[in-house]
Amino acid sequence: MTGTTNSSTPWGLLAEFETPQAIYHACEKVRDAGYTAWDAHTPFPVHGLDKAMGLKPSVLPWITLAAGLTGLSGALLLQWWVSVIEYPLVISGKPLFSLPAFAPIMFELTVLLSAFGTVFGMLALNRLPMLYHPLFTSERFERVTDDRFFISIESSDSKFDAETTAAFLRELGADHVELVEE
Amino acid sequence: MATQILENSTPYCDPVDGRAPLILKDDSFAGITNAVARPIEQPQPKVWYVLFALGLALLGLLGVSVLYLIYKGTGIWGINNPVDWGWAIVNFVWWVGIGHAGTLISAILYLFRQKWRTSINRAAEAMTIFAVMCAGVFPAIHVGRIWVIYWVFPIPNQMAMWPNFRSPLLWDVFAVSTYFTVSLLFWYTGLIPDLATMRDRTKGRIARAVYGLFALGWRGSNRHWQHYERAYLLLAGLSTPLVLSVHTIVSFDFAVSQVPGWHTTIFPPYFVAGAIFSGFAMVLTLMIPVRKLYGLEHIITVRHLENTAKIILLTGTLVGYAYAMEFFIAWYGGNPYEAFAFVNRMFGPYAWAYWIMIACNVITPQIFWFKKLRTNLTVLFIASIFVNIGMWFERFVIAVTSLHRDYLPSSWDYYSPTFWDVATYLGTFGLFITMFCLFLRYVPAIAIAEVKAVVPHADPHFVGDAAHGGAHQ
Repeated sequence: MTGTTNSSTPWGLLAEFETPQAIYHACEKVRDAGYTAWDAHTPFPVHGLDKAMGLKPSVLPWITLAAGLTGLSGALLLQWWVSVIEYPLVISGKPLFSLPAFAPIMFELTVLLSAFGTVFGMLALNRLPMLYHPLFTSERFERVTDDRFFISIESSDSKFDAETTAAFLRELGADHVELVEE
Repeated sequence: MATQILENSTPYCDPVDGRAPLILKDDSFAGITNAVARPIEQPQPKVWYVLFALGLALLGLLGVSVLYLIYKGTGIWGINNPVDWGWAIVNFVWWVGIGHAGTLISAILYLFRQKWRTSINRAAEAMTIFAVMCAGVFPAIHVGRIWVIYWVFPIPNQMAMWPNFRSPLLWDVFAVSTYFTVSLLFWYTGLIPDLATMRDRTKGRIARAVYGLFALGWRGSNRHWQHYERAYLLLAGLSTPLVLSVHTIVSFDFAVSQVPGWHTTIFPPYFVAGAIFSGFAMVLTLMIPVRKLYGLEHIITVRHLENTAKIILLTGTLVGYAYAMEFFIAWYGGNPYEAFAFVNRMFGPYAWAYWIMIACNVITPQIFWFKKLRTNLTVLFIASIFVNIGMWFERFVIAVTSLHRDYLPSSWDYYSPTFWDVATYLGTFGLFITMFCLFLRYVPAIAIAEVKAVVPHADPHFVGDAAHGGAHQ
């Protein structure tokens, strides 16, 4: 949208669609055409779009599991070390290592670290926060958080060609196709 | 079934379950964005200013009460020996309990795929966070010497002293702080796409920058949505046992002791049911005025309020069952101290509190068996206030009646609150009202992206009327 005329390569193409139905079918065709460096942008998660785009399942649950296990073992280690090694006190005649009494904190720290792992893992997988992105230069793209659906194809894609890719996107039923500068 | 759908005057029903739509008018995507964002962009209604001023005034009262307490000590409260847990603990349990509804709506109803939750989860989660903040004030100041509060954390200190991990009070520190942190993370994760919506709509430079900063550069990418949705599901899965554990551990504060009336195994489920009961009542107390003030009646519909009332009926009945079962076990268990504690609750010096509790918690929710009553907003609002009062008295009855007549009759006493007990409690309302007003002023009170995802034409295979773009191809 900046309208610069220099010869630098554009970031990519941005195609606008009006409905979730339209973008769903368009994504299937972009996937089948063999593009790899592309993305769909929607105001809400469109059901089944992952499959239409051919995305692999998220690896996030493994990050959560690792974080959760860290919390669990950390809590056990902390309570054992404090109660048995560092500060042994006999309370109500219970053994120094009183596992049932340690269960609540083991549970809480498992959940706490799992939640941290989930949220920060999700942000890391998404490379967020990223406050600037070439797509933000497009004025029409502001509606992506309101009621419009977009497909972006990056120029780094080996199949990308400003002319033919734009024609392809129009063929898929895009209402508007524009070139996004770097 | 088919005729039912045809007779329905609404534009369309869900073709699978034949249920009425969740959003009643203008369910276009832009319509939903506008309906939720408009209250933030327009000047606030006059009531907002009145409430905000009231909130700030009471918040000031909280500040004064807490400062005076730190200056003078817990002697300014009515607590005595044997009643060393007075209003502060009652208020703590009450506020934490209120928080539970938010997590139940955001997490448990999500796992059960209850689509109606999307209209109320954002505000209910906000309620959770603010209620837990209010709750956290009490145990923190109840320690008396607040400047050594760090003793409750397992951190190395100059005394080479460590906390006792076998104490339920320490479990509580971990439970409540984990609950607050996870609720905040869950709430913020849900907010990211909606903050991006605000960023893209807002005209003001500063507002745009602030919303933009908190939206983290969200651009609706489906590669992001994929991880995001998985994160949301995982957080729901983590929050579900967490919310059940929080009030369980709060109940351990009582149940692990040897005091008659406290030392029972029914406490964890009974506390959790009571927490959800009071929390849903607070959801009604907040949502009924909010939907009216901000013109959100087509998104938070009577159906949403009715469902809330049904949960109140269920959990209220569970609580009633727990009261009865406690009595049964007090008799059946054959422990004279336990039996005395319960007879004393019903007919002792605090019988008035006990019967207020029964009237509000056991009798009030039973009116929700009738559809006419649970769809009447005035009835719902008044009943929700009654439940809030009743649940406060439940905690009062549990804490105070068990303590005031313990094993040693020579130490029996009657406990009354002082001015500062009342002032601190009212002060936490100030904190809550102030936070909730700020929330309504700056944050989308309804999860915009989630509501969009549950309208029928959000389905990629939707075949419908021309108003929604119709079928593709």
